[in-house]
This record gives sequence, structure tokens and C-alpha cells, in this order.
Amino acid sequence: MSYQRYCLVCNSSKCGHYSKAIADNIKHYLRENNIKDIKVVMTECFGLCKQGPIVKIMPDNIVYSGVKPMDTKEIVEKHLINGEVVSRLVHENKKSKQLKIVLRNCGFIDPENIDDYIEKDGYFALAKALKMSRMDVINEIKLSGLRGRGGGGFPTGLKWEYAYKQNSDQKYVVCNADEGDPGAFMDRSVLEGDPHSVIEGMLICGYAIGSNKGLVYTRAEYPLAVKRLSKAIKDAREYGFLGNNIMGSGFNFDIEIKYGAGAFVCGEETALIRSMEGERGEPTSKPPYPAESGYWDKPTNVNNVETFANVPVIINKGANWFNKIGTEKSKGTKVFALAGKINNVGLIEVPMGITLREIIFDIGGGIKDGKRFKAVQTGGPSGGCLTEKDLDTPIDYDTLLAKGSMMGSGGMIVMDEDDCMVAVAKFYLEFTVDESCGKCTPCRVGNKRLYELLEKVTSGKATFSDLDKIKNLSNVIKDTALCGLGQTAPNPVLSTITNFWDEYVAHVNEKSCPSGQCKELIRYIIDHNKCVGCTACVRVCPVYAISGKVREPHTIDQDKCIKCGACYNTCKFDAIYKK
Amino acid sequence: MEKCKVTIDGKTIEVEKGITILEAAKKIGIKIPTLCHLDLHDIKMVNKAASCRVCVVEVEGRKNLAPSCSTPVFDGMKVITNSIRALNARKIVLELLLSDHPKECLTCAKSGECELQELAEEFAIRKIEFEGEMSRYRKDYSPSIIRDMDKCVMCRRCETMCNEVQTVGVLSGINRGFNSVVATFFEKNLEDTTCTYCGQCVAVCPTGALTEVDYSWDVINAIANPNKIVIVQTAPAVRAALGEEFGLEPGTSVTGKMVAALKRLGFDYVFDTDFAADLTIMEEASEFLDRLTRFLNGDKSVRLPILTSCCPAWIKFFEHHFPELIDMPSTAKSPQQMFGAIAKSYFADILQVPREKIVVVSVMPCLAKKYEASRPEFKVNGNPDVDISITTRELARLIKQANIDFMSLPEEDFDKPLGESTGAGVIFGVTGGVIEAAVRTAYEWYTGKELRDVEFRQLRSDEGIRTASVNFGGFELNIGISYGLGNARKLLEEIKSGKSNYHAIEIMACPGGCIGGGGQPYHHGNLDIIRARARAIYHEDRHKEIRKSHKNPYIIELYEKYLGKPLSEKSHKLLHTHYFKKVLY
Amino acid sequence: MKKINSYDELIKHKKEIEKNKRSELNKIIIKISLATCGIAAGGSHIKDYIIKRLEEENIKEYIIKDVGCMGYCYLEPTIEITLPGYQPVVYGNVDEHKIDEIIEKYLINHEIVDGIIPINYETI
Repeated sequence: MSYQRYCLVCNSSKCGHYSKAIADNIKHYLRENNIKDIKVVMTECFGLCKQGPIVKIMPDNIVYSGVKPMDTKEIVEKHLINGEVVSRLVHENKKSKQLKIVLRNCGFIDPENIDDYIEKDGYFALAKALKMSRMDVINEIKLSGLRGRGGGGFPTGLKWEYAYKQNSDQKYVVCNADEGDPGAFMDRSVLEGDPHSVIEGMLICGYAIGSNKGLVYTRAEYPLAVKRLSKAIKDAREYGFLGNNIMGSGFNFDIEIKYGAGAFVCGEETALIRSMEGERGEPTSKPPYPAESGYWDKPTNVNNVETFANVPVIINKGANWFNKIGTEKSKGTKVFALAGKINNVGLIEVPMGITLREIIFDIGGGIKDGKRFKAVQTGGPSGGCLTEKDLDTPIDYDTLLAKGSMMGSGGMIVMDEDDCMVAVAKFYLEFTVDESCGKCTPCRVGNKRLYELLEKVTSGKATFSDLDKIKNLSNVIKDTALCGLGQTAPNPVLSTITNFWDEYVAHVNEKSCPSGQCKELIRYIIDHNKCVGCTACVRVCPVYAISGKVREPHTIDQDKCIKCGACYNTCKFDAIYKK
Repeated sequence: MEKCKVTIDGKTIEVEKGITILEAAKKIGIKIPTLCHLDLHDIKMVNKAASCRVCVVEVEGRKNLAPSCSTPVFDGMKVITNSIRALNARKIVLELLLSDHPKECLTCAKSGECELQELAEEFAIRKIEFEGEMSRYRKDYSPSIIRDMDKCVMCRRCETMCNEVQTVGVLSGINRGFNSVVATFFEKNLEDTTCTYCGQCVAVCPTGALTEVDYSWDVINAIANPNKIVIVQTAPAVRAALGEEFGLEPGTSVTGKMVAALKRLGFDYVFDTDFAADLTIMEEASEFLDRLTRFLNGDKSVRLPILTSCCPAWIKFFEHHFPELIDMPSTAKSPQQMFGAIAKSYFADILQVPREKIVVVSVMPCLAKKYEASRPEFKVNGNPDVDISITTRELARLIKQANIDFMSLPEEDFDKPLGESTGAGVIFGVTGGVIEAAVRTAYEWYTGKELRDVEFRQLRSDEGIRTASVNFGGFELNIGISYGLGNARKLLEEIKSGKSNYHAIEIMACPGGCIGGGGQPYHHGNLDIIRARARAIYHEDRHKEIRKSHKNPYIIELYEKYLGKPLSEKSHKLLHTHYFKKVLY
Repeated sequence: MKKINSYDELIKHKKEIEKNKRSELNKIIIKISLATCGIAAGGSHIKDYIIKRLEEENIKEYIIKDVGCMGYCYLEPTIEITLPGYQPVVYGNVDEHKIDEIIEKYLINHEIVDGIIPINYETI
């Protein structure tokens, strides 16, 4: 049978508490009124969690927010029967929080079909650019306010202009697709979902700066991205978008893929260039900047995948369209990879200037298992953590920097009340210690020593003078390390020590971890009032640390306990607690 | 050159645009401490790794500190080199380096010469605030060089030297982060690599990570053995540098004092490698003229240019990298090995003792000589022609250990017959010297005329690659000279591609020739020291009575009594060698 | 394929593509999110299963398209279905059972089933 109307009820985590009751109620009232041509459908998240629960009536396209089970009678009787909108529940602002520019084609077109891309106005920006003067193209990008999406946020137009002004027989356009931030995968998604947009962006850049050779530096661990990009390059060549005399303009350009072995530091542009040359992937001092002396010492313009994917849209729709999106100094959108203790883990694209609250609590659906939000790490291991007080700050390059974090490539990892911030800092630092190239002293030895100091804190062996050392060392590393990796490595430490000083103090002073995460500081204790002596814990303890008579309260020998937590997980009477 | 104004520590100076802060500061007497930085621009070696971060300074308007060794100045730049921010950073960087450095200064071969030790002293570091895991690597012993990477500070000077200057390509950074270290291909032992033992890595290493193998105790043992006759030979470059170890100005020639010291050390005979250098010229010049004559007569089996073969690092280099040119170098042994062979045959006969009774010790400016002495083809029934090869630095230590006050020593003469030499033998120690010595003799033999002016200025210079021609009585002899194995590679590539028309080429592995050898007193990046040593060598030549090898009366006597003539069967047996094609990896 | 030599040729080519696409309007279009993440979540298997089921149901007028990441990491595998004359509908967390339900109810009877993902973004 076919239905006249659908009543969509959000069943995602946040609204989920009420959704069953709401759906049941609606069904009940429909039955009561003997209505059979309206169907209740449970849906995933609407991205409006803060206003939830959500009910949407289709095809009327009316969204009700903040719906309670008791509102259902009114919705059924007023709207579904009489066709009258329940105005007090209507969610007026239908504008979505997300705006897809970079991801405009991702998930919509077949990435291996160039015609799918052309149908979405693909290569029209190139055609348009080729009719413009090179400087006009650069001015358009400058006017758009586009800034590098790889993390630093350097104005893209200025970078292009700098490369344009270099006199050289050969210039290179390099696409940095060496995505290395743990938890960030937007570049891979773009290459896998819309490779032509990157090719077109590189072409426009090549035309603007006067280069005939593009290189995509990607990681060999991205086989599907490489496959789809290779296919796209091949198709673009066959259509004449790559090669000589592109679209009759006299402009020549071709693209080659270079493979990295996945070292994080190779995302740093000078290290990336060394790696492409077949050298050890180590950064070099800037200046000289790649724009003056890069790949094989020739002027080289390096932008990342997301930056290039923005370019065709800017040329097509105009800088003045693009620069209306975002904040004063950060234009356009940013793709974030939402991860961590959040309900809707995923890839999102939002206009600059959105607040963290909107990202985490609307789009992200809030914190998992109803826990309390504690912090969010942006910018991956180079960034810092932002806390509750930062939730309503509009985010862009500059506000994040001012808060001791950074945009980075767009990883966003959410932490809840169970996370120990000292351990989080240690976790990120461990990553940079592992990924350091080892060239400069502050990064090679300094970050290692910093990590060892944090280990002292998490194992309860640190003193207050160690905390001073941590701060001083962190600042010196920031001040002296050779490249961005080393300079930003102490950020997670500095931002947690600033925002969560009490937690550090607890580890040092009380030798305890407030979140109960630092294994060496936890003590498992049996509450004698609750223990019934079932002996379940005795049976799972791997080191025989628990003793006691059957049906009598048991005790854990702290000297023997290895803090594995097996007893804690086994106890059915909540008699074991962490301290 | 475009100029720009820079203010450093309040002093304003106008300098060329593009020079570094470090260079600009130096001009106004501000010495910023450095560790990894090394600029030997005379040999085109600049280690600009900027990796140690000791030289960081504050630059107005810059958010982090700038490494002064690699940051170019710009107009209006304001620099502060000694603010508390810079000093604190420098001190912490040093402490970090020290926190991963063995505290074995007392037993370290570089103690007193170590640049890290010097910085620690300057910064009055009494306690290292940071502690933790230490790098631990196995020590790698080769015949010449010891690698003790626990002491590596990752300055990468050795890597720059090995790869860019010498193009040997044995050393390179491996691994990541705290585990990164300079190592060989798959961390093989140096012995199993293409290392030429030129020792230039040792010469530039700021710490004790790369040092020579020390045989000084073996020398003391040999001298103490009553059943051995211990003979010492000293290379030409040693006398021009040994004085530096005793506080003398670079360029002070200490031949007489050195001989006196060797005698006081208890050597039975103090001879001179210069004598063997004269002998080398006899053989090499003969071989060259033989090849040249046949070549000019249209003999297609003869290949020119002839390449000199005195430098053992260079020999190992072409064995690995140019095996197809293996018939081009002269077959004449190096002076060290000629000396050993003659000492244990001719001189043994004079003493009427078996060769096994004689211990030949050589004092060399060189680390590769240790390896050369150990090559199997230079042994007779397992007994090496040269038993122990020590460096100038080891000799200085021996003298100090034996309580000899070097400065108060009288000047003494070498023993006879293997201690007499000509000016031609002396100049072997400096780049271009071997070929000049050969020309002095070959000219007279080829033209039959007496050579009046023996100084061939066109062959003397400190350029890494140079060409010159010498008129051999109407015939223009084209000569190529290079030092540094990277430069040698360029000349050899030219030969391979058939582009060159040289008749003879001299190649030395080290900057400035043997005077810049890996076994010489450390120059710490000051190449003026090497230039001063060259002047000392030429000075010594100028004051020699005889300046042509074939006029050395003891050489003439050696041929008359023992060898017959150059290239005779006996000469071939004792004084010539052959080369081996070696693999690259 | 022939080379596109000018702006005009590009416009012409786009028009051709659009013309060809018109014939797709009376077909069921099923897009399957098949980026690395989608594949890892079992997207390829879902694709095979859909094809098998469509054959069993004797549905012939359909197009299956591999597309990139739709952004719903927490709801992979994700598919988007466009019935002729209808707006596209996205289903997340699909498994064989869900595919059966979607085919029976939505593809055949045009009846929306539980588990759709509402569109929560704007695009250009």
C-alpha cells in the first residue's frame, strides 16, 4: 500500500530517549483515528540534537523540534488530520549547520567517471581561468580569502603570487596529500570521492604561477585514493585537460603521483620535497621557502588537497561569493573529521565561525553514553585542547591559535569526563616522539625528555619542580625546534597544563589520577559493605591478590595487585571501586 | 653585491645581503656559539643542517628563535644574541644533548678536543636537569676508524663530508626520533662498506663518536721488546703539523725536534718516508714515461692518463667505484709500503737479520694508512711490510706519555740510509706535490736536459680541481690535480666519458693533500691551518740541497746495490702492486 | 574519448552528458558509499548483495554507482536510493536484512522504511 504522508522520528542517540515513546504515541493516535495512510519511520540524526527530539512530516517538509511524547496528540490531530501546522513546535531555522563546498561531490558522483564530474560543472573553472590573465586568477584567489587548509592557514593567493613572481625555467605545483594526523582523513576522502576537483585545482594553480608540472605526494597506505586519482589523471589526459595545449590555450600541464612511506614529518613541506627527491624525509630551514627553492631547487608551490579542492569553486562562483562565507579573516568552510567520545563520528564540513558547541552537540550528536564533555583536541598532535569555556567561541584559524590550539588539518577528537588530560597529553606526545625525524636536538631529545617527565607525572613520581621543568622545556622546544612538527609538539602539554592544572597537581600532590585512567595511580578497593563474598573476583584475579572467606567480604592485597581491572569488571555487586 | 643594514646586540653594521646572522655577527666581534655548523667553503663543504640549535638568537618580529648559522640577514633586521630567552634556550639545548651523551670524558679519545665538552664548560653546566633513556649502539671497529654512536650528536657533519664532499656515501641518518643516528647501509660494519677510511669524518666530528683506532700502546710494546728491531718512518705531512699538538703556531716545521723525540722514544732507527717518496718517483716517473712513449708511438693497449697511487683512500675509492679503470693508476706502491718493503728486504740484508725481527712503524697524517698496512697483498708469509701505522695525533700522545718535553728538544737528523730525502719527497705532503716531484724527474729523463727552476707554480694552488700543462721540450704535458674524492670522481667521470685529454693526474683524498689528513691535529674548521702547513712543506723543499728524487745519493745507491734499475724485476716484486675490483655493496 | 579543445566543446560535452543522463531518469539509482572506510565496513559486500537481490526480484531498470565518502562514518555501510520521480533517500547501517526490507518495501512498494538519514547539510 502506498502512504500519503510520512512521519519521521529521529531515533539517534540524543533524541533516542524519547523516540520510542513519541513513535508509539503517534502510532497510537493514528490508530485511534483510524488513519492508515500515514507511516511512522525512525530515522538517524537530523543534526539538530540540541533542539531534539525531532519529528519531521513529509512531504509537508515541516520539522518539529523539542517534541515531547505528550505533544504527539496535538501533532496527529492538528497536523496529520486537519493539516494545520503546530506552530509552537515548528523548527523555524531550517538552515543546516553543514555546508559542503569541498565535499560537494563526495558521495554524489562516481569518482572514476570524469563525465560525472563534468556534469557537476567540472573543468568549467579551468576553462574560465584559462581565459583570464594569470595575475587575475591569483587576484581572485587572494580576494576570496582562501587560506591553506593543511594547518598553517597561510593565505593561498599570496603563496601563489610569490611563486608567480619567481623567475625560473621550471616551477612545480605540489599537492600535499600526505595526511598524517591521527584521526584525520578528509584528504583521503576527497581523493577517493572527487579526485578531479584536486586535479582541476592544481591545473588552475599551475596556470596561475606558470608551472607545467604537478606532483601529488601521497602515502602508499592510501591505495584506493591512488587508484582513483590515477584513473582520474588518465581520463583528464584523454580529455585533454592534462597535457599540451590544454583546451586550445597553449597552456601545458601534467601531473605525476609520488609515493611516501607514511612518515608524519613528510607532511611538512620541506621534508615532503626532500622525500620526493628520494632523500631522507627531513625538514630543512626556511628560508629559503619552497616558493623560492623547492623541488630540485626550483620554485615550488605546495598546497594541500582540501585547499586545491576549494579552488575550482572559487573560480566558478567568484571570490565575492566565497568570501561571504566564514569569518573576517577565515573564509569558506573547513572539513573536520569528528572522532572520539562523540555519537556521530564522521566527516563534516562547516562554515568557518561555527562554534564548537554546534559541531559537537548538534552535528556530532553530543557525548557518547550521556557522559559529560571535557575537552576537544583540534589540530591533531600539533594542536591543543579546548574546554567547556571555549564551546561558544566561533572557530577559525586565529581564534584557535589564540586559545593555544590550531586548525591543523582538521582532526577533532572529543574527550569526556573519563579521560585523564595528563594521559591525553602523553598520548599525543608519544605520537610526535615516534614521528620526529630526529634531526634537531629539541625535537629528538627534548620531546623524548618531555615525554619521560610526563611519564613521571602519570606514575606518581613527579615533583612540583618537574612541572616547572615541563613548562620551561615545552617553551624552549616551541622556541627552538626546526620545523612545525617539533615546534608544535608541546602544544598538547602546554594547553592541558594550562586548562587542567588541577589534574596535574592531583597526580603530583595526591599521587592520584582524578579520572582513574593512570594505571599506576589507581587502587582497586573492595567495599566491605557491598561485598557478598561470591568469590567471582578471586577467580579472575591473575595474580591471586584477592583473599577472603566465602560469603564474607574480600580484600585486595595492594602490593600484589597489577591493576588489570579484571575484578572490577567481574563484580556483579558494584562492590569494587577505583580510587 | 647588495648591501643591507643589520643591528646585532645594539651594534649596527652594513653587510652583504644573504650572509647569515652568524657571519654578520662575526664581523663585529660577536661570537655566537655553534656545534653542528661547519663551513669549510674552501673545499665547498658547508654543513648547514642547523640541527643542533645551539646558535639560536632572537630576531625582532619573529615568533620563535632563529638558528643564526642558517638564517640570512635582511635589511633592518634586529638581532639579540645574548638575551635571557636565547641563553636559556641554548643552555637547555646543551643539557638535552648532554642528557643523551655518555659522561665518559676522562676516557674519551676526543677529550680536550671535543666541541661539546667545550660548550658545556663555557655554559658552566654543573648539573644536567634532564635525564632518561640513553642511546645505546654497538661500537664498530674497523682497521682505521672506530664508530661510537653513543656519542653522536646528530650534527651530520660526517654525513655531509662522506656524501657531498667525498661522494663515498657510506654514512647517512637512519631511523626516527630519539632512535635516529648516523649509520651505514643496513648498519653494516664500516669494514663491510665502501668506506675508504679517508678519515675526513673523524676530522670534522665534534665529539668522540668517530675516532681513530689507537695503536700507540702497540708501539710501546714493540719498543720494549728486546728481540725486535723497531724502525720508524715519518710521512712528509707529519712534520708540518706535529708542532700544533705542542702549542706551536700552525705552519711550524718541527722535523728536527720530531726526529729527536722519536729517538728518545727508543726507536732503533729513525727513518723518513720522504726517502720512500723519492723511490716512488723513480718507479712512477719511469712507469709514466714508459706508458707515455708507447702511447705516443701509437700503442693502443696503453691507457692514459696515469693516475697517482700514493693515497690509500683514493685507491679503495676507485676499486669500489671505478673498477673499469683499474688499469689506469700507477702500479707503484705508496711510499709507506715501499718503505716497508725496502726496510724488510734491503735494510734487513744490511743488518743481516730476518724480516720477522724488524718492526716497521709508520707515522702518518692519515687513517687510511692503517688500513693500507693491513691489506693482505702487503704481507710476506703473513708478516706485514708495515707492522704498525699511527697518526700524528698518536705520536704526539706517545711523546707526552714518555715525558719528553718536546719544546726543549734539540734538532736532530734522520738515520741513514733510509732517512735521506730530497725536496721532491717532502712536497708529497701537499696537493700537487706528487705530480710536481714526478715532473721534476720525468722532465729531465724525457728531455735529457737539466731542469733549472724546479718550482712548478702552475701545479700549486688550493683549488680542489685544477689543470695545468708543463712544456716537456716542445711537448705539452696535460696534468690534472684534485683533492677530495668528490673532485676525483668528477675527473674520473670525464675520463670515462672520453672528454679529458690528461696525460697524468694526481689525486689525494683529503683537503689540501696529506697535510689535511684525517690523522692530523684537529683543525676545527679552520682551513687557514691547512694553508699554513702547506707553506711549511714548500719552505722545507726550498731549503733542501737536493730537490729532485733521482739525485738522492741513497736512492742511487739502492738501485746500484740492490734493485738494478726502475721497473726491474726486483723493483716490480718489491715496489709495485695490483688492484682489486671491489663491489659497491 | 575525444579531446576537448575549447570552452565551447566543454559546454557541448556537458550537454551531451545531460542528454544521456535523461534516459536514467526512469531507472532506480543506487549509490553505494565505497571509500576505504565504506569498503572496510562491508560496502562491497552490500553492493554484491543488492545486485543479487535485484536479479532475484527481476528488477532490471537500475543503475548502481560506486561513490566516495558520504561522511557518515558512524552509519557505514551507507547507500543512497533514488526512485524515478522521488527525492534521494539515504539509508545507513545497512545489512542484508535491511537490504531485503528496502527492496521489498521501498523499491517495490515505494514505502519508506526505518533507518533513513535525513539530509543535514547544504551544498552548492
